[in-house]
Amino acid sequence: MTDTAQGHASSTGISNVKLGMWAFLGSECLLFGGLISTYMLYRGRVTGGPRPSQIFDIPFTSVSSFVLLMSSLTMVLAVSAAHKDDDRKTNLWLTVTALLGATFVGGQVYEFTAFYKEGLGFSTSLFGSSFYTLTGFHGVHVTVGIIMLMSLVGILKRSSVPGKKAEVVEMIGLYWHFVDIVWIIIFTLVYLIPV
Amino acid sequence: MAIIERPAPTVPAIVTPTTTYGSLKRPVSATGWRSWVFTVDHKKLGIMYGATAMFFFIIGGVEALLIRLQLAAPNGKVLNADLYNQMFTMHATTMVFLFVMPMAAGFANYFVPLQIGARDVAFPRLNAFGFWALLFGGIFLNLAWFLGGAADGGWFMYAPNSGPVFSPSNGVDFWALGLQIAGIASLTGAINLIITVLNMRAPGMSLMKMPIFTWMITVVQFLLLFAIPVITVALFLLSFQRNFGARFFDVAAGADPLLWQHLFWIFGHPEVYVLILPSFGIVSEVLPVFSRKPLFGYPFVVFSGAAIGFVGWGVWAHHMFASGLGPVSVAVFSLTTMAIAVPTGVKIINWTLTMWGGKLWFTTAMKFAIGLIVLFTVGGLSGVTHAVAPSDTQQTDTYYIVAHFHYVLFGGAVLGIFSGFYYWWPKVFGKMLNEKLGSWNFWLMVIGLNLTFGPMHILGLQGQPRRMYQWTEARAGEGFFNLAFWNLIASIGSFVLAVGILMFLINVLITARNPQKAPLDPWNARSLEWMTTNPPKEHNFDVVPTVHHLDDFFHQKYEEDPVTHTMKQVRTAEEIMAEQERNADKHIHMPSPSYWPIVLAFGLPVITFGLIYSHLISVIGGVIVLFAAYGWALESSTAPDSDFETNTPGTGLDKVASNHD
Repeated sequence: MTDTAQGHASSTGISNVKLGMWAFLGSECLLFGGLISTYMLYRGRVTGGPRPSQIFDIPFTSVSSFVLLMSSLTMVLAVSAAHKDDDRKTNLWLTVTALLGATFVGGQVYEFTAFYKEGLGFSTSLFGSSFYTLTGFHGVHVTVGIIMLMSLVGILKRSSVPGKKAEVVEMIGLYWHFVDIVWIIIFTLVYLIPV
Repeated sequence: MAIIERPAPTVPAIVTPTTTYGSLKRPVSATGWRSWVFTVDHKKLGIMYGATAMFFFIIGGVEALLIRLQLAAPNGKVLNADLYNQMFTMHATTMVFLFVMPMAAGFANYFVPLQIGARDVAFPRLNAFGFWALLFGGIFLNLAWFLGGAADGGWFMYAPNSGPVFSPSNGVDFWALGLQIAGIASLTGAINLIITVLNMRAPGMSLMKMPIFTWMITVVQFLLLFAIPVITVALFLLSFQRNFGARFFDVAAGADPLLWQHLFWIFGHPEVYVLILPSFGIVSEVLPVFSRKPLFGYPFVVFSGAAIGFVGWGVWAHHMFASGLGPVSVAVFSLTTMAIAVPTGVKIINWTLTMWGGKLWFTTAMKFAIGLIVLFTVGGLSGVTHAVAPSDTQQTDTYYIVAHFHYVLFGGAVLGIFSGFYYWWPKVFGKMLNEKLGSWNFWLMVIGLNLTFGPMHILGLQGQPRRMYQWTEARAGEGFFNLAFWNLIASIGSFVLAVGILMFLINVLITARNPQKAPLDPWNARSLEWMTTNPPKEHNFDVVPTVHHLDDFFHQKYEEDPVTHTMKQVRTAEEIMAEQERNADKHIHMPSPSYWPIVLAFGLPVITFGLIYSHLISVIGGVIVLFAAYGWALESSTAPDSDFETNTPGTGLDKVASNHD
């Protein structure tokens, strides 16, 4: 009676797992809302160390943002293949999505290292603390997403995924798209709007 | 009402797991401690939530008594200033996060699936995880008492006072990280109950046919869903500042101390509705049953609850009137605060009119419900005085505020919870609580709470500040407004209150020893949770009910006489039960017990413990969490068909599965 993935009717017609993921993402909006508000309050408050405009490398971050957005496309292809029960293509696109995500995280690691060398540490200024916290939280979300994608590939190979395969792929897809959309907001507010 | 003996029903199937999932075999015990520790049954988890909450209620109560002992006489010597700070911080934290919230979660877990005609919640393992995370988070919070002192910054933990400079012990770290864990528990619980209510209602139960308690719980879960992440952010900022050198609340670096206050109260004000709305739901169930009338204006009660849920997001800054927000903000938040009194007033009117013209039956549950209406109204009215900013500025940080929120939280939330105890005890444990002791319980609590919190209005208006660990005779004042007199009365009252609660605990013990079983439908109740045995079977209903009316159980028992237009009883609860048992579903697959929820939850305090002491321990915690997460993901929540064996009645197997108490 509890597992709609196993064919029981639900009152809304949407499965429990998918609706559960939507609810979770609703909650995540407020989490990023709080972090973004903190950053917006503190982004101009630099008592020591570099200012935002002195360290941001917009072309570099634009490229890594583009890579992340493309991963949403490959995620859609993975969900589509999963709905067609095409295991080979599902695995392929999930792996590509994870690789694109990893490229983005790699870019973020590089960026953090570069900023640190230019004198922006976590404790340097309010700008530093709030910048690393906001983008770090986003990076952790992408990393968790990559772990989920790769685990899914592994589980699909053993074909021991509980519930409907396409359902699980779609659920992780929802999470992935959400993380991408949040990045669009962060990129705009943090990098593109001058202080 | 006669107690009828029914033959033990045949349970369709039981689980004998043979297959290995993840890394461990499924737990199978249906008896003993394992049947509790690895359970995913929403009813067992509801009881466990309740027991945990009661345990923390006693701890929080002892803390309160120590506070009142300290303040009973001038120059109190019971606690020193430092310990006093820890005491009021942990008293509030315990009562809010570890008593009222888990108790409401317990009621919600137990009764929401029953009220909507479901056999369990949407995510049974997540449900178990939520409980264990709460328990471990609560224990973690209180560990600080033994490891250098508990948190001492007040339950709102205002920055920068909560920074390492002013609060050097690890107490605030334990507090912030412990609440993080409890927050995860609330968040998973909220997602679970929202999906349960949205997706698992019995056929025919539209949203506007849902019992009012389920409605109020749903509103609460939405509040939690959106409020918890905000406190999560605030707690992260605080932890990062204390443990990793971030500057968020460092005024020297240009930080704005109001950032914490805003984040905290954006969470904190919805939180107060999280505390009160479950009790509103409980009394909205109790009042109609004991007035023998339907709830007056059901849609109004539903929508006023939802309105409180919306407007509750727009009033937070009334906690900050004294912080210099500027005249526009103050005016706006004054108006919204006055506005939120309207839907609350609507509820009070609906409850009063439910009783109006009804045949009132003054059981203990009913007395507590009426107590809530009266005492919550007192607290609500003093709340409206806080909406008037000039008056609030005068009252800020005085005992007047303490009086206000104890009237709404004790007079409101706690009396509602006790009403729920007396009303639903026969449903959960199959036995009636003693009504005579219940009466003592009620009157001692009501007298005690008025003696304790009533005088605080006077103390506060005379200017006695909150959180002051001593007061002196020299400044106590004269005559009617003498602080010494009213402080003593408040302290005596707190012990009367404690005796009242002791009466409840004695009542529980006596009831547990009493062999007499409760009748099937002791209160002639109205909603679906009463349409099953006491206590309910593991699968709740032999047949998933089809719902045609609001208060469907009542409408199955009673039909309107076409001539006189009065309700006439056409069937008894026993007949309805017997019919269900005749048509029992043959194959019911219940979610199977699991090791993973408790293992995953255990990893969390290990991580947080490591954040305070050694990051190596955090790594171990992380490995536990990861290991459990994979085990969880690889295990399907219901054991597959091959694991089910149809049992033959009389072999003893059916006993294992049906032994639910």
